[in-house]
Amino acid sequence: MASKPRIKLPKKASAGEVITIKTLISHEMESGQRKDKDGNAIPRQIINKFTCAFEGATVFECDLDPAISANPFFEFTAKVNESGTFKFTWVDDDGSVYEAEQAIEVA
Amino acid sequence: MNHTRRQMLAFTAGAAGMAAFGFSALPALADADATQKAIDEFAAGATPAEGRISLTAPEIAENGNTVPISVEVESAMSGDDLCESVMILADGNPNPDVCTFRFSELSGAATATTRMRLAKTQNVIALARMKDGTVYMDRKEVKVTIGGCGG
Repeated sequence: MASKPRIKLPKKASAGEVITIKTLISHEMESGQRKDKDGNAIPRQIINKFTCAFEGATVFECDLDPAISANPFFEFTAKVNESGTFKFTWVDDDGSVYEAEQAIEVA
Repeated sequence: MNHTRRQMLAFTAGAAGMAAFGFSALPALADADATQKAIDEFAAGATPAEGRISLTAPEIAENGNTVPISVEVESAMSGDDLCESVMILADGNPNPDVCTFRFSELSGAATATTRMRLAKTQNVIALARMKDGTVYMDRKEVKVTIGGCGG
């Protein structure tokens, strides 16, 4: 269902800097409200949870409901004190988990 | 099936009418009660106050399928002055819940942006809960030209 996530964050930052992170993942986010040609409701299938963690510590989380647009996009901030890796996780209604990682270097 | 021209015209007009009203004719829209219930649950006894949180949303959204919204909460994001979570609600959608952001000290700032669906012209409500239990609220009315649910 979902394709490779896209993540944008700076490669380098200074210690204690608050950086902006943008993420986007392709997903239909089927709301469960739509009907197909025969009038049957199309079952809901959305990403219901997004998490961003830095070296194991949660930075930002979001619970998603069907009112989030297709291809969910998030922009949020993170405070970086040391070099490390951000890990991003999306959880689908069907139990699939999509993951991505990106490192940042703190000078 | 032999339709006369008149019947066909009446039928087409009816179908166009259905398409035009489509969404508003559905009974399954969130009512004020469901929205109020969600606010009460999130506030957990506190009364939402004005200020500290600001919600940015377009005044007019041409396409209800992707409406950009941002929230920003004034908070030091450390110690007791920490914004724990922000809930977004839409009072005219089939289900008022939109999303809940949860921040941590590592967030550095309590700001977030996403894109949401709006079924019709309605209020978007943002609530912030601080670590000390106080709750702040902001709301914006967004006019929607083309609804973004159903199909």
